[in-house]
Amino acid sequence: MPTVDLRFTPLPEHVRTARLVAVSVARRAGFGEEQLDEIRIAIGEACARAVSATEAATGRAGLVDMRLSDDEDRLDVTVLRCDEDGAPLAETPPTATTEDPLSLALMTGAAGSSSPATAPGGVRLTWVRETAAAGVDQQV
Amino acid sequence: MDLSVTSREESGRTVVEVSGEIDVYTAPTLRERLNELVGAGHHHLVVDMEGVEFLDSTGLGVLVGGLKRVRSHDGSLHLVCQREKILKVFRITGLTKVFPIHDTVAEAIAASAAADEANATS
Repeated sequence: MPTVDLRFTPLPEHVRTARLVAVSVARRAGFGEEQLDEIRIAIGEACARAVSATEAATGRAGLVDMRLSDDEDRLDVTVLRCDEDGAPLAETPPTATTEDPLSLALMTGAAGSSSPATAPGGVRLTWVRETAAAGVDQQV
Repeated sequence: MDLSVTSREESGRTVVEVSGEIDVYTAPTLRERLNELVGAGHHHLVVDMEGVEFLDSTGLGVLVGGLKRVRSHDGSLHLVCQREKILKVFRITGLTKVFPIHDTVAEAIAASAAADEANATS
């Protein structure tokens, strides 16, 4: 079960809301500022890509579904392109956003230790919370 | 947070001060403003990003577009940014090699003027 499930109409203005929700859940789960920055970047890209693809496939009828779940020291985020009933769309047409190498580079680069995995109808991003000890190592 | 874009002339350069969040929703505003400036003959731009809280790939695309546009007029585009979370976006995408990034507006103006002089004498 996701901790938080946010569904929104595929419009660019809602991407910021999705970023704020994701970062808020991650902050509450104990992630530090550096990882929150990564989460903000990768979720922004994942949602912008989903908005663009869902809009191309359904107009404004479809939905983007962002599911967040935090468990122990990890945060799993799945961003799905959905039809008007909330069912994931396996196939969506390519768009300028989904084909943009900068967008893919940012989503992949900010996904931290784990690479984004393809989920049916979307993408799944995972972050493992860095421990205090890891933080000390980085300062040395 | 909304995006705010203001511009002023300083030492022969056009300083574009951007603040707020540059993302898939707000980036078109920045694109329009840069296009207007270049269209009005401002070909040496210094984009001050010290007030930028967030930058995504759409925003990067707008900056790359601005750079191409001024270069087609033998112009230049320098960035001012010290914020780690914004610099990170340039680093991940390899764009630190494309944009000259400075710590202060004064440094950016000096570098922009020096490059111009070097071009003039070469």
